[in-house]
Amino acid sequence: MNRSFENIETAVKGKIGLIELNRPKVLNALNRQMVTEILEAMEQYDRDPDIKIIVLAGKGRAFAAGADIDEMMDADAISLETLNQFTDWDRLAWIKKPIIGAVHGFALGGAFELALCCDMLFASEKAEFGFPEVNLGIMPGAGGTQRLTKLVGKTKAMEWVLSGKRISATEALHFGIINSTFAEEVLMEETMKFAGNIANQPPLAVRMIKESIHKAVDYSLYEGMQYERKNFYLLFASEDQKEGMRAFKEKRKPDFKGK
Amino acid sequence: MFETVLYEVRNRVAYITLNRPDKLNAFTKELNKEVQSAIKAASRDKSVGALVITGAGRAFCSGEDLSGVSEEMDHGEVLRKRYNPMLIELDRCEKPVIAAVNGVAAGAGMSLALACDFRLASDKASFIEAFIHVGLVPDAGNLYHLPRIIGHAKALELAVFGEKLPAEKAKELGLVTEMIPADTWEEGIAAFAERLANMPTVAIGLIKRNLKASWHSNLEDFLERDAQAQRIAGMTVDHREGVSAFLEKRNAVFKGE
Repeated sequence: MNRSFENIETAVKGKIGLIELNRPKVLNALNRQMVTEILEAMEQYDRDPDIKIIVLAGKGRAFAAGADIDEMMDADAISLETLNQFTDWDRLAWIKKPIIGAVHGFALGGAFELALCCDMLFASEKAEFGFPEVNLGIMPGAGGTQRLTKLVGKTKAMEWVLSGKRISATEALHFGIINSTFAEEVLMEETMKFAGNIANQPPLAVRMIKESIHKAVDYSLYEGMQYERKNFYLLFASEDQKEGMRAFKEKRKPDFKGK
Repeated sequence: MFETVLYEVRNRVAYITLNRPDKLNAFTKELNKEVQSAIKAASRDKSVGALVITGAGRAFCSGEDLSGVSEEMDHGEVLRKRYNPMLIELDRCEKPVIAAVNGVAAGAGMSLALACDFRLASDKASFIEAFIHVGLVPDAGNLYHLPRIIGHAKALELAVFGEKLPAEKAKELGLVTEMIPADTWEEGIAAFAERLANMPTVAIGLIKRNLKASWHSNLEDFLERDAQAQRIAGMTVDHREGVSAFLEKRNAVFKGE
């Protein structure tokens, strides 16, 4: 990292770029600067050819308890419009490398929205998710009503966002919000193991797969199919495709170069 | 610290004593809340390796204080607001919890004893599923824990007839872990609790965690739990100590870490 951060900690572990929210005293409450730092770190990892995957986690007792209320207390509509803080969130969606989130403790409000920006989520068995915004007279503003609804459908999204009630890890797993649960003590270790496995997959294929799956969420099936097809063709321009198929025929392990 | 509970930590054991002896330690809003807080305090206290829940005076706990029951009362809300949070706190505790049943454990008092990991009983102790006598259903996790301890048929029998179950009979059913004679009651409880408090606490917590999960897991998921639990236990100081002690042919000294 060519910049030091105040609200997050970054570390490179092999081919994994790790980002940890680091305001444990306030349960990693998200402020604007923290979001900007997360985005900057992710964009740097995205440009770094040695990094193949990004892991996002929280230091201390929780992933993050929510957004920093102090920062929003005296905000008015016009200042929020001019500030346009949510563009940072839009850019998080443009990260090309897979992002895996590891959630322990809580991911509430803005932190739940941040978790929903990840491509895959692992959580501790005791983790809890939720959108408590309604209790403060507001609503999610960084994609909560949109991403959660696309993920679980209208029925449960409506219930959870209107009531503000907590979603247990078991429930989150049941509704496909998270991929797996682990004992909290081994959550990071298992997440890093999984990330390490994906990091060894052919990088170009990983990139095209992530992009295509994301398009499936927004595009009509027809457009999505066309998009997928182009990406499929594109991979045949790569050396990794030649290597992958040759190795399969020769019954040996492929050596992918990301080219 | 508390009004209706005595809380004391001695030799790595946290003693939580329900302290409304003139009311046979019947539950009130305060007592529910304070038992919950005391369990939480003991769970967090690193110097505690085991918990004992017991009653002051001649009863363990006689259940809900019926003098507080009125016609307008919403029994469901009483459970949701008062009892369920207490039971959930107890369920979250990964340290061994002993119910030292000194006298009658009736109604929700019996439920509390059932939710503990071990039940030690004096010969004056008894268990009563009192609910049926006032036209109610055993609550506070009672019907969840009881069949897991003594089996479905016996649980049904006790819950439906609500007959007083003396400690000796409870011991035969496997409901009571050990009988402790009244004249050596305190020493007996302390010895049992201190033994547990000086065992590998993390491993005990994982045993509790996985035994509970075994009731709602398939084998494949459960085997994965085994792997995670053993990985966690394998990283503890107590595991290293246990192995060294074995190799050096001496008794292990566990720290609960």
